[in-house]
Amino acid sequence: QERTVTGTVTDTAGRPLQSASVLVRSTTTGTQTKPDGSFSLRVPATAQTLVISSVNYASQEVPIAEGAIVVRLEPLTAALADVVVIGYGTQQKKDVTGSIATVTSKDFQKGTITSPDQLIAGKVAGVSVTSNGGAPGAGSTIRIREGASLNASNDPLIIVDGIPLSEPRKGDGTSGISGAANSLALINPNDIETFTVLKDAASTAIYGSRASNGVIIITTKRGRRGKPQVNVVSNLSVATIAKKLDVLNADEMRNFVNNSPTATEAEKGRLGTANTDWQSLVFQNAITSDNNVSVSGALKNLPYRLSLGYLSQQGTLKTDLLQRGTVGINLSPLLFDKHLKIDINVKGSLSQSNFANQSAIGAAVSFDPTQTVYNDKGGYFEWLQSDGTFNPNAISNPVALLNQYHSTSYVSRSFGNIQFDYKFHFLADLHANLNLGYDVSQGHGSPYTDSSRQGNNNYAYRGVRSYYKQNNNNYVAEFYLNYLKDLRSINSNINAVAGYGYYDNKSTNYNNYTFFVDTKDTVPGSAPTYFNDIQQNTLISYYGRLIYTLANRYILQGSIRTDGSSRFAKENRWGVFPSAAFTWRINQENFLKNSRALSDLKLRLSYGVTGQQEGIANYSYLPAYYLAAATSQYQLGNTFYYPYTPVAYAADIKWEQTESYNAGIDIGFLKNRLSATVDVYTRKTKDLLNTLNLPVGTNFTNKITDNVGDMKSQGVEVTLNASPVVSKNFRWDLSYNFTYIHREITRLTKTVDPTFFGNPVGPSIDPQGTQVQINSIGYTPFAFYVYKQVYDTDGKPIEGLFADLNRDGIINNNDKYRYKSPFAPVKMGFTTSLTYKQWTLNALLRANIGNYMYNQVFSGSGNIAAIISPNNFIQNVPVAALSAGFQTYRERESDYYVYNASFLKMDNIGLSYNAGRIIKNKVNLTVGAYCQNVFIVTKYGGLDPEVYSGVDNNIYPRPRTYTLSVNLNF
Amino acid sequence: CSKKLDRLPNNGIYADSVYNTLGGYKQSLAKVYAAFALTGSNGPGTTDLAGIDAGLSDFVRMYWNVQELASDEAVCAWITDANGAILELNTMNWSANDAILTGLYNRCFYQITVANSFIRSATPDAVAKNGITGANADEIKHYVAEARFLRAYQYWVLMDLFGNPPFVTENDAIGSFLPKQISRDSLFTYVESELKAIEPDLIDARANEYGRADKGADWALLARLYLNAEVYTGTARYADAAMYAKKVIDAGYQLKSNYKDLFLADNNVNNPEVILSVNYDALRTQNYGGTTFIVNSSINSDMVPSSFGVPAGGWGGNRAKPTLPNLFGNLSDSTDTRAMFFGDIKDVTAMNQFTDGLRVTKFKNINSDGSTPPDAGVFCSTDFPLFRLGEVYLEYAEALLRTGDATRALTAFNAVRERAYGNTSGNLTTLTLDDIMDERGRELYWEGYRRTDLIRFGKYTAGNYLWQWKGGVKDGTAVASYLQLYPIPSTDMVSNTNLIQNPGY
Repeated sequence: QERTVTGTVTDTAGRPLQSASVLVRSTTTGTQTKPDGSFSLRVPATAQTLVISSVNYASQEVPIAEGAIVVRLEPLTAALADVVVIGYGTQQKKDVTGSIATVTSKDFQKGTITSPDQLIAGKVAGVSVTSNGGAPGAGSTIRIREGASLNASNDPLIIVDGIPLSEPRKGDGTSGISGAANSLALINPNDIETFTVLKDAASTAIYGSRASNGVIIITTKRGRRGKPQVNVVSNLSVATIAKKLDVLNADEMRNFVNNSPTATEAEKGRLGTANTDWQSLVFQNAITSDNNVSVSGALKNLPYRLSLGYLSQQGTLKTDLLQRGTVGINLSPLLFDKHLKIDINVKGSLSQSNFANQSAIGAAVSFDPTQTVYNDKGGYFEWLQSDGTFNPNAISNPVALLNQYHSTSYVSRSFGNIQFDYKFHFLADLHANLNLGYDVSQGHGSPYTDSSRQGNNNYAYRGVRSYYKQNNNNYVAEFYLNYLKDLRSINSNINAVAGYGYYDNKSTNYNNYTFFVDTKDTVPGSAPTYFNDIQQNTLISYYGRLIYTLANRYILQGSIRTDGSSRFAKENRWGVFPSAAFTWRINQENFLKNSRALSDLKLRLSYGVTGQQEGIANYSYLPAYYLAAATSQYQLGNTFYYPYTPVAYAADIKWEQTESYNAGIDIGFLKNRLSATVDVYTRKTKDLLNTLNLPVGTNFTNKITDNVGDMKSQGVEVTLNASPVVSKNFRWDLSYNFTYIHREITRLTKTVDPTFFGNPVGPSIDPQGTQVQINSIGYTPFAFYVYKQVYDTDGKPIEGLFADLNRDGIINNNDKYRYKSPFAPVKMGFTTSLTYKQWTLNALLRANIGNYMYNQVFSGSGNIAAIISPNNFIQNVPVAALSAGFQTYRERESDYYVYNASFLKMDNIGLSYNAGRIIKNKVNLTVGAYCQNVFIVTKYGGLDPEVYSGVDNNIYPRPRTYTLSVNLNF
Repeated sequence: CSKKLDRLPNNGIYADSVYNTLGGYKQSLAKVYAAFALTGSNGPGTTDLAGIDAGLSDFVRMYWNVQELASDEAVCAWITDANGAILELNTMNWSANDAILTGLYNRCFYQITVANSFIRSATPDAVAKNGITGANADEIKHYVAEARFLRAYQYWVLMDLFGNPPFVTENDAIGSFLPKQISRDSLFTYVESELKAIEPDLIDARANEYGRADKGADWALLARLYLNAEVYTGTARYADAAMYAKKVIDAGYQLKSNYKDLFLADNNVNNPEVILSVNYDALRTQNYGGTTFIVNSSINSDMVPSSFGVPAGGWGGNRAKPTLPNLFGNLSDSTDTRAMFFGDIKDVTAMNQFTDGLRVTKFKNINSDGSTPPDAGVFCSTDFPLFRLGEVYLEYAEALLRTGDATRALTAFNAVRERAYGNTSGNLTTLTLDDIMDERGRELYWEGYRRTDLIRFGKYTAGNYLWQWKGGVKDGTAVASYLQLYPIPSTDMVSNTNLIQNPGY
């Protein structure tokens, strides 16, 4: 016997929702709502419950009752999402035991976002996303709880639709896809539905050896049942340089040189008569257009989604251009009486990048403003030596640097998987899941300089072209069984997973000769030793997890994973990573169950051990030899020999292990209109993969990456969400997150030695490799290690005078001290969204407090005597660098150049208007206007107080971007 | 399935394929030599060491810095570079954290470790096991003797600079262990015994290939060792020094007729004077140390780098302290062909001003006929002499003078003078130890001898001899005597608890 159920589905504001899915629970009987939100469905007599769902809304279950059913769907937000993706499965939000945060597409950063990582900047407590600069497609440094390692990778594991992404190893030993500014930028951000961030060990330990730095699970958009829906999103934006570095202008430069007491007539004679603002010549207003179309729906029982995207992004540095086409296909058929669910995802992208010569950025700051761009012979003005030839020690003309360099890369990438989820016919509580995935990419390019331009070290070599090419083939095979059972008799539920995984990453880097651009002859000495180098690593895993829920309020979870890695010798190959967690849903206790105000109260406690093996070489345990390069031969007699070089190796290298404790409270009031999450954690990493000094004479180098060192970190994370106003016409949402992190190195050497000053780290600030940061025991990693500047009574630094901190009467290396660190102990993010009728205003603010920065732009030009260079040229300096009046570079290692770089940034503000249905009421139109990088409040004197390394050296400025966006749905 | 975890690099080469031919042994021996000529084996931007800029990590460059900057001969303008190590050497104010001292110590041990590994792989048993017999096996015996020579040379460097380093031989395999420390006098005995032990296995003097050590190099190092024996052990061995110096002189080496040609790009051809050199090639043996460093750091673009054979170079760093040109008296009328200076300001008022102090133009990447070698840019083809007859003559003279044979000492001494002046006009008739010290300054300046010489002559740390910026004061001041030994770098002190730091640090 069937009956007909009718009803309407609206959003919380009462607006009808079209194409919402209406299903009888545990069946495939269902329909979709009409444009007015109404539905009518024939259901079996036994049917009791309907499941109503729609994209971006939390699904609801409603009992089938007499009369029309009215359903209001709540918008899906991080706080309200009912289902959370966890490793190898999903979990009801209410049952989650770990520290997990979800950001859905609705809450992503708005505007022109070309790399997915930027979508969640500032959105999640404990997660920092620091952009690596303003180049098109530039990536970010993502840190979850600031990373657990010193010298191995601190990047989180990123899994897209079940495929763990791996950074291939490039020919030069760095990682990434050759030719791509950032491998994540090969994924179209518009295809992404949610980011799930797993922070504590209870949630990450199921990923074992790759989990110490947290896990980000990215889920892409899926097809939905119903008639085809077309979505068109088009963004047009212009990016501008928010701020230029204040340097001497031409008149100030002439004034300085002409009045310099030491300048010779010859030196004064080098001044030109022009007024050139080099920074404005290398930067431009950059246009970006980003267009995306997607179609989703279902062909009978085959839900699908197809998306196409095309991005064209200019850089604010002239000649920089990224063009990217992407395609995404998703099919999710249900077969065999719904027992077999298949999920097929394929993503592809093709990109072409024209990379600008970024050394033009520093050159534009330093090039003499009194010179013209071109010389009187029509060529570029360049500094010459006294014999009339190009002066290789001088700064090069920034415009020439841009225009005489050409680097185009072509990168293709495709990744995807097919996932079978089979519900056993005879045992419906048991699922078998098979996931087969791939991630293949290829990048190649051939940068060259014009034949008029001199090569680096060889005067005769003008106009040289080099080649690079890389192929990457990564494969994943995973199989797990999932048993889910309600044990009503004992008021319990169990959810068990046991699985196996095989992960293989292989990248081939091809080497080639370099060629002269004009003659096409090979450059002498450029013969590669090997024409290709194959780097491969493999991981094999076994894992299991049991979640036991008692009385719907006491949840115990345990997991274990064992991983075997090809990076280690047989004896150390396998690592075991367990976790345990307990959750108490306090609000389900009888004494709170009926509280009207309190809608959620949950206590979470967890412990786990995770591992880390990324970021180290693939074969570091193997004793081997390699053949020298053509430029590293040695002459014995009349023959040049290619030496066989023994490779340093750490025979007993193994996993580093992080042990974490996490305690959290989730609390919600008034149906979670007001909610808070607080997490406190402490973790210890032991056997750190640390690059440490070896006792000399024991290996073929003096430093090696091995398991020596411990670090501890502690943190507090707070997230507050509030919806102060929720009414038919007006809605106001607020979200605030707060992160406090303290990290400290506790051991760095095999034997304890309190006198050990530490390992210098960080970028080199001069050609001889001087570093101003240090890892030392008792301090934050990468603390600055500098001299303490002495100041006069006016507060002006006294040149060359540093405090004799060890009071031995001598100022030397032993007088340096650890002064602050680049890492902000406190970070905050604030998001607000105001909706009034069809208007929505969004804003995102981010703050870092207590982070410091070494300003290399200032220290590198702090010597005013160097304006008139002894190498026959004149160079410009930032005005701020002049104030101290230093005559030498002696101050470079002074704390004078370490500045407080705390900041408050408005990342984003935007206004959108939902015009509703247009064109015969068939098309829904939303238009928006956004501004990114709106303002920065900081005392830091450089261009941007946010540089991950803590050393500011002419970074590619992050632009201010204005975007117009059109979104059509039909 | 676990077999899949046995991944090997596609270009990996393992001991079994390296050591199965004589050629493989020679390519491996080439690395033992290349360890003091190249910073790494993958081009000039790479280094075998870590924690140091690749270009700075070169043996000759660092050795030059510690022997020359910390002496009366040279000063460098790059006073903030290398974490202040340059300034510390300029002013004799170093600590156990000094980047260049640490780098040099590591470089010495790098070559020792590579030599140990080679020696281990080339024992008669190992060679026989690899199926190499007969003449090829005999040839490998020479290789082993040369590897032992290079190891002895590096232990001599360590003994001279650091005194009491850790000690590893071919009996210490690669792995985690803490090497034992060896005292300076025990190390002296070891180096002496090694050099004597390998003598029969080395090829006769002047009979080996260019760039390979022979008996002549062995004797030259023994002469140098004995000449400084009193510093190392407290017991003078001047007679032994004279004996081995004479062996070298009698072996048939000859002074090159033009002093200046010793330091030019084609100094690898027609060079009867050099006993052993570190070999460079602007195309095939590139690094940013060695003679590339010496040539480029000594000039700036004012000096027309192309005239030094480095048209893309000129780094403006090193110049002479006034004590060096002063050895030649009035430069404008000096007839000593060894005086090769540029500029007119002798005084080093500001250490970081490259134009303060005379520039030294002794090393060039130019051929003796005035032509520039092909592929000129910044890299140099000039080979760096480690042992040459000019030095041996002066050692012979000094050892004889110290043992009371002033007549024969004067003959050896004047041999060097005659080449410098082109005739006998510069010959001396009487000889003092000060004359020898000064003559070594004139003959061997900027070749990396000075600090050792000043210590042997008792003029290094005390106030009896001052030079500009000694002790960090412009006109110089006495410094503590413990500075005659460099400290064991703190990186190794921490890594190896068997080590006891040198006194004073």
